[in-house]
Amino acid sequence: MTVIAPPSSPPRSAVLPRLLAGLGHQEVLGLTEHERRYGLLWLRGPSGRRRPERLIDIVEASGLTGRGGAGFPTGSKMRSVAGRGEAVVVANGAEGEPASAKDRLLLTRLPHLVLDGITLAADAVAATEAYLCVHRREHDLVDSLTAAVAERRTAGLDPVPIQITGSPGRYVSSEQSSIVQYLNGGPAKPTFSPPRPHESGVQGRPTLVNNVETLAHVALIARHGDRWFRGAGLSSAPGSMLVTVGGAVRWPGVYEIELGTGAGEVIMLAGGPAEDLQALLIGGYFGAWLPAPVAWPVPMTQASMRGVGGALGAGIVIALPGSSCGLAETARVIRYLAGQGAGQCGPCLMGLPALAGAVADLAFQGGRGRTVNAVATLIPLIEGRGACRHPDGVTQLARSAMRTFIGDARWHDHRGPCDGVRRAPLLPVPGDEEGDWDWV
Amino acid sequence: MSMALNGPGLWYATRATGLVTLLLLTAGMLLGIITAGRFASENWPRFLTVGLHRNITLLVLVFLTLHVGTTVVDTYTSIPATAAVIPFASSYKAPWLGLGAVAVDLLIAVLVTSLLRGRLGLRAWRRLHWLAYACWPVALIHGLGTGTDRRTLWVFAATLGCVAVVAAAATWRLATASRAGTR
Amino acid sequence: MSHQLRVNPIACSGHGVCAELLPEIIELDPWGYPILRSATVPPALVTHAQRAAATCPTLALILQKAQRRRS
Repeated sequence: MTVIAPPSSPPRSAVLPRLLAGLGHQEVLGLTEHERRYGLLWLRGPSGRRRPERLIDIVEASGLTGRGGAGFPTGSKMRSVAGRGEAVVVANGAEGEPASAKDRLLLTRLPHLVLDGITLAADAVAATEAYLCVHRREHDLVDSLTAAVAERRTAGLDPVPIQITGSPGRYVSSEQSSIVQYLNGGPAKPTFSPPRPHESGVQGRPTLVNNVETLAHVALIARHGDRWFRGAGLSSAPGSMLVTVGGAVRWPGVYEIELGTGAGEVIMLAGGPAEDLQALLIGGYFGAWLPAPVAWPVPMTQASMRGVGGALGAGIVIALPGSSCGLAETARVIRYLAGQGAGQCGPCLMGLPALAGAVADLAFQGGRGRTVNAVATLIPLIEGRGACRHPDGVTQLARSAMRTFIGDARWHDHRGPCDGVRRAPLLPVPGDEEGDWDWV
Repeated sequence: MSMALNGPGLWYATRATGLVTLLLLTAGMLLGIITAGRFASENWPRFLTVGLHRNITLLVLVFLTLHVGTTVVDTYTSIPATAAVIPFASSYKAPWLGLGAVAVDLLIAVLVTSLLRGRLGLRAWRRLHWLAYACWPVALIHGLGTGTDRRTLWVFAATLGCVAVVAAAATWRLATASRAGTR
Repeated sequence: MSHQLRVNPIACSGHGVCAELLPEIIELDPWGYPILRSATVPPALVTHAQRAAATCPTLALILQKAQRRRS
């Protein structure tokens, strides 16, 4: 297996940064630098005696949860796949969320941390195949990752070869069951469960699907242990996470924070507000809007965000300034998401465009006293009636917008659009370049 | 048995049950097309179409069995039982009789796959169900070819009626499908 | 022994036969797709639910006997 050696330098005593600890400004870490700064990969632990499944115990004890948005306990997920025979590991780096950049950062600048994680996971669940899925239009990324994998193969690092796969760029295509279906040769659309991937996934084998950031954390947990991981964050929400901060902040970008950090602190990390803020969008396009004063003290954990009617999602925080119109931003995003579904389920296929139209009416036309009701009537007709989370994510966003911007909504309803709708859009909405949204 | 095994009674029975089978099969086709086309009105609910389609097609089986049975039992012509499912196992009135066996095979395929639809999965079932569009014309041509009644006006008219009805339904279906877009 | 009803939203193409046969539990949304008022079928309606599930042209309506919650 891999060379067993103690780390060349002890883990840093400061709690943060961890994932980003070895990364200098604008730097891309090659294999040698990676090993120098993070230590060598240990498949069998410091003494060389650790059984593969022991890693699962350690990951479970660490309390690591998925960083792709769903927040499922990673150790449990690994355990449900292990012991079922020849498994498959899929690392999801497709990052279908337009406002998220953390996976891209990891894959371009710290690829070996992710690749370490894949190898560790493959070893722990007795996988014989491993895939790393990235957005297929990211040609440079595919090239650099292929080179990284080849470099590791020469160094004898990955017993299970890691295959770099390009998947379609639609929002719904980066969902877990979509990726599994795509790897099985089908379209990148969600499927109606069961069977769940851990029972029967790629080629009908037990499949572990993890976000690339989750696997990067696994790579560090394997080196430093579960107690080390728990040294950051809260006891109920341990560890660190990457957040993508955007909107009206001075330094938008990807930052590493401890779980439990207040949303306001995250904004301050990014240089603080560039203007007076009215609201924060937390969790990405399937997350929720919260008024800025309400959101500011809320700790960045799944439980706390849900407690205020929001969602942590994949750690996206977008700051909406007072000069923008939250309804207009939401209308644009919902219009984009309405076209991003798989088109398999009637309520989503018909309902989302109807909802997009109703919110757009409210934002850009209004003035009829009926548009708030139109939106409110549509939401329960769509929620929970699809085969995947796509319609639910959109309705959650819409609900939170109607709650957070209720004052604006009533104003729009009776007086028409406010000045904020004319401000340049803040939330990124990609277009379909070169058939990027094709299914196969 | 007091039935005359080579009398005209069996011959009439074969022809009659054959005609009824064709009429029922046509009705079944019609209802199948209407199901796919989702027709419904205030007095005609969708479940009626679906239910009738199923029951009538099963009734086809009854009359088909009688039709085949009377043919085989009739000693006037020596058609073996195997000719019911193996096309051209008998040389009697070949190829028209053989087409009947082809239609029987197709019908059995459609019926069995429909009864086992749950096990088969939707996509496979749908593809196999298209065989119905092959079964019906084959049965019709078998009737015209073997039928000793094709020169009888009302039988010929009934056969033409079947063709007209299915053609009309199929045209309507194509028209509504292209308007609504495929789903 | 209660029964559970659910719709496979991918298989469902909005024929609406189920709403005709089980109007007590199923109604149609503005686009013709079924909304289940309740997931549980009372014993009195089980035969109707079975008929509705069997009549669905795409087998999208699924009736199952209630099971113990799997861990």
